[in-house]
Amino acid sequence: MIEVFFSIYCFGDAMASYNTNEFRGGLKIMLDGDPCVIIENEFVKPGKGQAFNRVKIRNLKTGRVVEKTFKSGESVEAADVVERELQYLYSDGSEWHFMDPESFEQYAADAKAMGDAAKWLKDQDLCTVTLWNGSPLIVEPPNFTVLEITDTDPGLKGDTSGGGGKPATLETGAVVRVPLFVQTGERIKVDTRSGEYVSRVKD
Amino acid sequence: MSPASRTEPAAWRPSASLDALRARAAALGRIRAFFARAGVLEVETPALSRHATTDPSLTPFATRYRGPGHARGLTLYLHTSPEFPMKRLLAAGSGPVYQICRVFRNAERGPRHSPEFSLLEWYRPGFRLEDLMDEVAALVQTLAGRPLAVEHHRYGALFREHLGLDPHRADSAALAAAARAQGLEIRLEARDAWLDLLMSHCIEPRLPADRLCFVRDYPASQAALARIRAGDPPVAERFELFLGGMELANGFHELADPREQRRRFEEENRRRRQALPLDTHLLAALDAGLPDCSGVALGLDRLLMWLLGEDRIERVQAFAFEDA
Repeated sequence: MIEVFFSIYCFGDAMASYNTNEFRGGLKIMLDGDPCVIIENEFVKPGKGQAFNRVKIRNLKTGRVVEKTFKSGESVEAADVVERELQYLYSDGSEWHFMDPESFEQYAADAKAMGDAAKWLKDQDLCTVTLWNGSPLIVEPPNFTVLEITDTDPGLKGDTSGGGGKPATLETGAVVRVPLFVQTGERIKVDTRSGEYVSRVKD
Repeated sequence: MSPASRTEPAAWRPSASLDALRARAAALGRIRAFFARAGVLEVETPALSRHATTDPSLTPFATRYRGPGHARGLTLYLHTSPEFPMKRLLAAGSGPVYQICRVFRNAERGPRHSPEFSLLEWYRPGFRLEDLMDEVAALVQTLAGRPLAVEHHRYGALFREHLGLDPHRADSAALAAAARAQGLEIRLEARDAWLDLLMSHCIEPRLPADRLCFVRDYPASQAALARIRAGDPPVAERFELFLGGMELANGFHELADPREQRRRFEEENRRRRQALPLDTHLLAALDAGLPDCSGVALGLDRLLMWLLGEDRIERVQAFAFEDA
């Protein structure tokens, strides 16, 4: 009876919440007004005493990881955070626009949500977008992308002594280090997580 | 962290290695030999009881008997420790006794907690707390197969050393301020909950992991079933053993006064959301006379974790709680 009441109270209401017994890695909760994700959850209890949940949490707005202890049995507000695969459409300079390819719903991300993602994106790219209360909070570009080199120094051709490569500017404006033999006009595959050149791409 | 995400190939398989299970069996053999040499009698007492512990920090499992004698059913509780019936044996003149048994505690699951685990519990008539701590150390060293350094601390001294406060006298506000100063933002009501928070988060992690650390003289409010030694401040004649960052054992100079025992049962029951049937057989046994004794309960699984260098309790149990 108590449990039925509890469920209705927690989940029938606009403000959902989680009991500490539901804590697990990946759970999204609100902490001090910010959406967070639980990374690690540990149950701590003295044999004769109060039980606690000691949690490692990432603040999704700042990216910072903090430790937080809850009294076991306590309820914590759930964060309305979901991940979606959205298609990048265009940027108007201040915002980056995305579309859900299934519902055609459109979303606008600001520079903070874009972070480093902006410099890798070209039209139609599918991104993993974390939405908080329906607004983009984090935009992750595809792990690998193929981009054309718009500018790199040709004078170094044939010089293999350095081995360190050279900077190349890509069509999106990103600059990556490429091997000396790679030239302007060629397309290359880049790992967006490390920002490193992977290979040349021949059509 | 989530047990479901373990990478073991199949849920039917044991959660412990066969080597761990052999080590477990060998440890049980050595424990029995240790107590046989010491002249302590092995006993078994009921795991199902119509009475329950009233300790507000423990949640017993309840089940239902229906059959001859109880056509309408009878609520029974799975023991959270064999303490009460073992004390009835002591009152009946058993002399020193020990028991190795499975105990059950609801609402507890984590790397060091399983709702079902093994306790080694023993009682020593005529032993002071110091004598019992020596015997606990001797047993652990026997199982480790080597001498281990032993440290003794007082609860109050640890708080003074690590947090600069007196846990016997500080009020909740002072304890809350100390917690905040340590970066712990949390809402707690009970004073003892603040002490538990500081002990488990700020002091335990600073105890050396490779030594037997005995902590004694707990606050009188945390006496549980220990005697309280009068003084300024009065302290509980209780000790805990910490090893490898884990709480391994909890010992008492056992409370023998039936009136004080009843008072504590009733006081604990008032703090519970739902009162539990208190053990009238234990009270009657104390009335008949419990010999002056000290007793200790040791978490066998955690001791095995330490011996085998495992960091999850199911690595020393044949099957994890999730796959039981």
